[in-house]
Amino acid sequence: MSGLGLFFAILGAALAALLAGAGSARGVGMAGQAAAGVVTDQPDMFGRVLILQLLPGTQGIYGLLIAFVAMNNLGIMSGNPEVSCSLLKGLAYLGACLPMAIVGYISAINQAKAAVASIALVSKRPDQFGKSMLFPAMVETYAIFALLISILALNGVGAI
Amino acid sequence: MAVLPMKKVLIVGLRKNRKQMLELLQRQGVMQIEIRKRSEDEQDPVFEQIDTTGIRTTFEKNIILANQSLQVLDAVKPPEASDGGLFAGRKKMSLTDYETNTRKRDRIMEMVYNIQTLDKKRNEIAAEIPKTQMQLEALAPWMDFKHPLDHSGTRSTKTFIGTLANDVPEETILAGIGREDVALDIISHSPEQTCIAVTCLNKDANEVEESLRHMSFARPAVSGDVPSKQQEALTVKLERLQSQDEELKNKIAAYADRREEIKFIADYFRLRSDKYEVIGGLEQTDRVFIVNGYLAARDAASLENLLTTRFDCVVEFSDPEADEEVPVALKNNWYSAPVEGVVASYAMPGKGEIDPTFLASIFYYFLFGMMLSDAAYGLIMIIGVAVILKKYRDSIEPGMRKTLTMFQYAGVGTLFWGIMFGAYFGDLPAVIIRTFINPSLPADFSLAIWCEPSVQPMTVLGFAFIVGIVHIFFGMGALAYTDIKQGKPLDALYDVGFWYLLLIGAIGILINTDMVGGMFGLHLNLPASLILFFEILALIGAVGIVLFGGRESSNWGLRIGKGLYALYGISSYLSDILSYSRLLALGLATGVISSVFNSMAAMVAKPPVIGPILFALIVVVGHVLNLAINALGAYVHTNRLEYVEFFGKFYNGGGKPFTPFEENTKHYRVSE
Repeated sequence: MSGLGLFFAILGAALAALLAGAGSARGVGMAGQAAAGVVTDQPDMFGRVLILQLLPGTQGIYGLLIAFVAMNNLGIMSGNPEVSCSLLKGLAYLGACLPMAIVGYISAINQAKAAVASIALVSKRPDQFGKSMLFPAMVETYAIFALLISILALNGVGAI
Repeated sequence: MAVLPMKKVLIVGLRKNRKQMLELLQRQGVMQIEIRKRSEDEQDPVFEQIDTTGIRTTFEKNIILANQSLQVLDAVKPPEASDGGLFAGRKKMSLTDYETNTRKRDRIMEMVYNIQTLDKKRNEIAAEIPKTQMQLEALAPWMDFKHPLDHSGTRSTKTFIGTLANDVPEETILAGIGREDVALDIISHSPEQTCIAVTCLNKDANEVEESLRHMSFARPAVSGDVPSKQQEALTVKLERLQSQDEELKNKIAAYADRREEIKFIADYFRLRSDKYEVIGGLEQTDRVFIVNGYLAARDAASLENLLTTRFDCVVEFSDPEADEEVPVALKNNWYSAPVEGVVASYAMPGKGEIDPTFLASIFYYFLFGMMLSDAAYGLIMIIGVAVILKKYRDSIEPGMRKTLTMFQYAGVGTLFWGIMFGAYFGDLPAVIIRTFINPSLPADFSLAIWCEPSVQPMTVLGFAFIVGIVHIFFGMGALAYTDIKQGKPLDALYDVGFWYLLLIGAIGILINTDMVGGMFGLHLNLPASLILFFEILALIGAVGIVLFGGRESSNWGLRIGKGLYALYGISSYLSDILSYSRLLALGLATGVISSVFNSMAAMVAKPPVIGPILFALIVVVGHVLNLAINALGAYVHTNRLEYVEFFGKFYNGGGKPFTPFEENTKHYRVSE
């Protein structure tokens, strides 16, 4: 069945944007609630808690990035999709996108939990802002690793 | 690269000069005063302490009132010109101005109280207005009723006024009552309710009431006089409330010109409250008082000079004891000083530790630059900070200046890496040429001096690992340096030297293998003798770690066991080095997101006139967003690499930061 390869490839790209984006949406939402709570009492904390709120947002960007790279490789962005993409190649694209999709989703939510705790920390100890940023950033490490593997894999898949 | 040398200070002054001397110290802001509150049962035959909690509470209350008044003023009449916001810093105030303003303090506080009273009244009115509006709304369905709402009938008739749920037609109501000799008046009806008045003869009253109850008849939410009269009264009341509110608002707004005075009074009470906190911790007699504290050795002479020329007092300096916990302040050269804030937010150096600022700064701008890596973004950061620093050069606070300078230098790193990777707003130059000038620009067009990470990711990844190895080796070197400085050269050999040998050997061996070398496209085929050399290095290192990694145990079995466990620590070095892959990943993120926005812009650029405008719009918005998000990411992850991978090797921190007694104000800085 021709075109199935392209289908799986696009599925992979869609999943990367979808899952990582959904994770970030949930994460930024959770952190946003905590941040808004802090700002009711301490309006001058806005700048600091906003940064903490944004931290779980990067996974969505990474997901977008992977989706974009995949679609670009597939020629979708230039309006010239690679219909002849073999099933193997399509599945390889799907596989390449999965680290970012799955790790992106899970790490965004867990990073948000750390961000919520850090927002509570900053509300009580504003001087500890530097450290408070690190706890969520630790979680992000794994999203970055997933991003890296997805990018390297996508690069390799092009050669199939 | 240094922790500032500190001196202990002892100042004995006359009590009549206490106010002036403390205020002078506060304005100088060079001395950290030790505040030691005695416990209740601690008695001293000569010295006493004064309880200042009561007076400080009053000051703090005044500060809160002044700040609240400022908020009230801002809500009623927002300040016209922004005063520079984040960057402007505090305004300078001369000592004479300060003293003139101080004499006005009672009048200013009177104004603060006035604003508070006016605001309280406004709040009461603000609660009354919606209540009146709700009463008016409740009255609306009854407006056609020409009798008082509490009308209950005449001498021989009874009237029931109330509502039925939903819109009920006349016939249904009459059928529900079940008799003809009643007067039904439908006053209004809507899908939610029907307002009715039913009049019947006194003798039928019970029966009618009973049947109305079956139809879920309810008394109206409003009662009292004729609805139209009520409405008139309520409208008058509402208008009165609104005009009162307007009047109060104007009265408050009239104070807006005196905003600065309120800012001053908030600062004034902050200064006094801080001063009284110090006074509460001093030892004093009827005639003299004693101040204990620390200051940087470089400030000693000038402070002594200042105090002794103005007052009759004794100022004594001494060197801190060896085991004393001295507060820590950092002093670095122009290149490193901006990173002090990053170090301080991790921890100040503990006893015997080196100041890691210089070492951290060597890599900081470089790592940041590699993660953001766009020449245009770098230029924006350099120029942007320069403009801000120039505009606010007189008033900007030192801390803010340092932070901004750090971003400026990081901008230089970003510019450098942008040029290396050929990123100028990502691939914008190529996109512009392709879209507007020459559509047949070859696909491999590149401005990169070195290589493009998206084209040769493995090269950049390999380089990122090399940066990581160098960074980590520097960290280990710093541990060796600290050990040697503290007179423990053997520790330096055991904890750092052996690891150097093992890691260099292991890297040498790995790079020659097909698996690792091949990954980066290296097929070195090093000579066997060199490999043997690496193997010997690694072996010496490994044996050394096993033998000495657990040297604190005297039992040899336990010691070797601990040594083996220490050798297992090589896995943590592996993960540390892998962690530097974020240098590539974040660099790629900047580049790819840039090209996402650039391609989006190129898609809409075709139609004449409107196309290029849309193109420019998308490019500007997209790159502002990308710069903001990725600069934040680069900042956070540079800190992470410094804190976890780098500081983790040698730096513990735990020193107390030097917090001088100074003007902790928000709006003004009083200077001599």
